[in-house]
Amino acid sequence: MSDLRELYQELIIDHSKRPRNFKVLEAANRKLEGYNPLCGDKITVFLELEHERVKNVSFQGSGCAISTASASVMTESVKGKTLAEAEALFDIFHQMVTGKPPDAENAPELGKLAVFAGVSEFPARVKCATLAWHTLRAALQGKGDTVSTE
Amino acid sequence: MNSATELLAADGRQVRHRIFDVRTIREDFPLLKRQVHGKPLVYLDNAATSQKPQMVIDTVNRYYAEENANIHRGAYYLSEKATQAYEDARVKVQRFLHAPSEREIIFTRSVTEAINLVMHCYGRKILNAGDEVIISAMEHHSNIVPWQILCEEKGAILRVVPIDDAGEFLLDEFAKLLSPKTKLVAVTHVSNALGTITPVRQIVDMAHHRHIPVLIDGAQAVPHFEVDVQELDCEFYGFSGHKLYGPTGIGILYGKAELLEAMPPYQGGGDMIRSVTFEKTIYAPIPSKFEAGTPHIEGGIGLGAAIDYLEGIGMEAINAYEQELLAYAMKAVGAIPGVRIFGTAREKAGVISFSLEGVHPHDIATILDQEGIAIRTGHHCAQPVMERFGVPAMARASLAFYNTKAEIDALVAGIHKVKEVFG
Repeated sequence: MSDLRELYQELIIDHSKRPRNFKVLEAANRKLEGYNPLCGDKITVFLELEHERVKNVSFQGSGCAISTASASVMTESVKGKTLAEAEALFDIFHQMVTGKPPDAENAPELGKLAVFAGVSEFPARVKCATLAWHTLRAALQGKGDTVSTE
Repeated sequence: MNSATELLAADGRQVRHRIFDVRTIREDFPLLKRQVHGKPLVYLDNAATSQKPQMVIDTVNRYYAEENANIHRGAYYLSEKATQAYEDARVKVQRFLHAPSEREIIFTRSVTEAINLVMHCYGRKILNAGDEVIISAMEHHSNIVPWQILCEEKGAILRVVPIDDAGEFLLDEFAKLLSPKTKLVAVTHVSNALGTITPVRQIVDMAHHRHIPVLIDGAQAVPHFEVDVQELDCEFYGFSGHKLYGPTGIGILYGKAELLEAMPPYQGGGDMIRSVTFEKTIYAPIPSKFEAGTPHIEGGIGLGAAIDYLEGIGMEAINAYEQELLAYAMKAVGAIPGVRIFGTAREKAGVISFSLEGVHPHDIATILDQEGIAIRTGHHCAQPVMERFGVPAMARASLAFYNTKAEIDALVAGIHKVKEVFG
């Protein structure tokens, strides 16, 4: 049970059952779909950017507990961040869940995102945790197509 | 008490069946003894691939250690031995399917390649613009996509027989789709996602009434019960070796000789020719015409060993045991509050697909994996089935005759643990 609790921490279970910012964002000026063809997880990220800053962000879709919780915590983490800050968060989050040490000297604080550290012990679940982030990053970079994990 | 029963096979051979005892059967499968995450492995992903009995592993090993040579070529001892072993395997497959002749047994890479072979060499010849191919709503992608490719190429139309909420093939709807435009029917024998055994005998009858040929995807059928292609009277029947306790990379296409003989070759190369000059090449007779290049020799021989192994137990005993286990599993898993079972056809084989309220199948699989239990999760290469039941994915436990009621109990306990984690 200990390994499982590493993965399925209370915060993750909570966010998977009651995802935050789980809605269509009417004021969004960017919208992007992400898809994991291996498991059928789908997500749509809505972004409201203002002066190079994430003014608001939301998501919709269906997925497993890890992908839903990851998207939910992600929206809380990047709200109010500049594009560069959000990119830096992507990098450190990605490094954490793939089990790599952070490569940036001034890596940002992970905060709540740290609960996903256990994902690195479950290689089959890394894509679940990163689907929302890949979609967000593509939206931040202004890419128009659907993002796929494959 | 006797340890075996003697039977006279239809072809007059004396067949010895051992008494079915799952404990001794498990001893034959070395991988079943291993542990995963410190727990005894409970392998319930047999519809994806089956584990291999020692007899198959030994046969493949012995081939490489003692008999390896290229086949159909060398006029020397080893090549003759290898050729003999490979062709013996073909005869074993022929007997296994009750095909009239070993000439009608073509070795392929997989059932996927068997279906693609029929698409390329037969479908292409018979299909014209406006014609129709009929499949069912519970096909594996391997029996959908080749026909989509062909229909697109020819300007033909793909028709789909719907299924009901239990996952039953609807014969009435099939009857409505049959028309003078129908040129081919391609259906699964057993659904990989729902376990439904389709009424192939009636399907073939109804199609033949209109002189329409039928291909059957038997990948999920042959591991569970006896299949007689002459009794079915289908034109084509395919299956994969690795789901039948044999090696990966080997599959079978059975086809009626008169159709195979009229079909053009699949690939060009060595072994599929009688003579080659730059002006004209004369193709080899069937089945060689469809087997260009050096084949998967140890795969064929290994598959032959798997069939020998199964014959030693008897498909009837295997089916009886599995049906009892399936009924036990359907009842036990179905009784868990919050579980929804997909696929409740009257006749089923080997598959329990389910969902758990409020928990995504991926999370179920990860938690079960920590308990040493291997199940499949996802769309099972049958996305239209997921759409039919309005879910993005399902969890699937699939059975083999080496599984036990104790393993089903472990699965049930595992699902309760999932509920605990998700509180």
